[in-house]
Amino acid sequence: MAYENPSEYINHHLTNLTYGRHPDLGWKLAESGSEAAEMGFMSIHVDSMMWSIGLGALFLFLFWRAGRKATSDQPGGFQNAIEMILEFIDDTVKQVFHGKTGPLGPIALTIFMWVLLMNSMKLVPVDLVPFTLEQFGVGYQKIAPTTNPNVTLGMATFVLMMVVYYSFKVKGFGFIKELCFTPFNHWLFIPVNLFMELVGLLSKPLSLGLRLFGNMYAGEMIFILIALMFSAGFLLWPLAGGLQFIWAVFHILVVSLQAFIFMVLTVVYIAMAHEDH
Amino acid sequence: MDMVYLTVAIIMGLGAVSAPFSISLLGSKLLETSARQPELAPALQTKFFIIAGLVEALPIIGVGISMYLIFVVA
Repeated sequence: MAYENPSEYINHHLTNLTYGRHPDLGWKLAESGSEAAEMGFMSIHVDSMMWSIGLGALFLFLFWRAGRKATSDQPGGFQNAIEMILEFIDDTVKQVFHGKTGPLGPIALTIFMWVLLMNSMKLVPVDLVPFTLEQFGVGYQKIAPTTNPNVTLGMATFVLMMVVYYSFKVKGFGFIKELCFTPFNHWLFIPVNLFMELVGLLSKPLSLGLRLFGNMYAGEMIFILIALMFSAGFLLWPLAGGLQFIWAVFHILVVSLQAFIFMVLTVVYIAMAHEDH
Repeated sequence: MDMVYLTVAIIMGLGAVSAPFSISLLGSKLLETSARQPELAPALQTKFFIIAGLVEALPIIGVGISMYLIFVVA
């Protein structure tokens, strides 16, 4: 599928493989971005779902196998790596959250590893997977799920649900009282309080999800632009190759940093849900 | 339709002005404190990265949205 102009190449690499109900063509795989847009709500990004669920399963399998074969007398390299990650996350959670952590450790571990795996999919060269899949007739493929706003905002919404659940679990009805009476402790100010508190409550997951999406989307965009340079003539190949390498090395930091921040903020939000003002 | 490019320029420009200011402020405080108390350097380093990530949030969201505007909308 040769591309005449660069923007078509970029657009191709930015559209997800969507399967949905087209208003007049019925249930089908969308052949083009516009078709996918017309499907509107009744469509699902197959590639993001597959990659994210697959990576989640990979994470669970790896840690399950490490857990099952854990031996204290002669731990293998694999087990050391897993233990290192566990300790790293454990003391981060302990620093942030001083109460009885309960399921908070596993939650933080799952979020960190899952987001890390999903983000690291971006380090795979841009054209490797989409091009090979094209041979099998799969038109579009975006391999990094976190470059899809639905995925990141979906995870952020789940974090919001956890925060609300823990608020109710710890503070019970007090959570509603806190929402209504926090800044101005008088029933007359309830609408003002509610507005301010709800905005504060909802802006947290929104910024959480959009931060991850923004970083990964911008990074992916730079990778695509660099990949475009390869098509710009023989002289530019070493430059583009060097640039791709530099950006990939820098991006390893961004990938792990964003996963770490997503995890730390989740723990912080849940910890805030536990304390009452 | 070329208003999009103007909006993108404004979004990324303002992001590019604000983010370096805050990161440089953070960096200078980190170096200053690490120089004063070297044993705290590693702990400060991790906190520096967390806060740098938080500070980078809005400019990067701006960059993400502006790239979305350029390539998907226009």
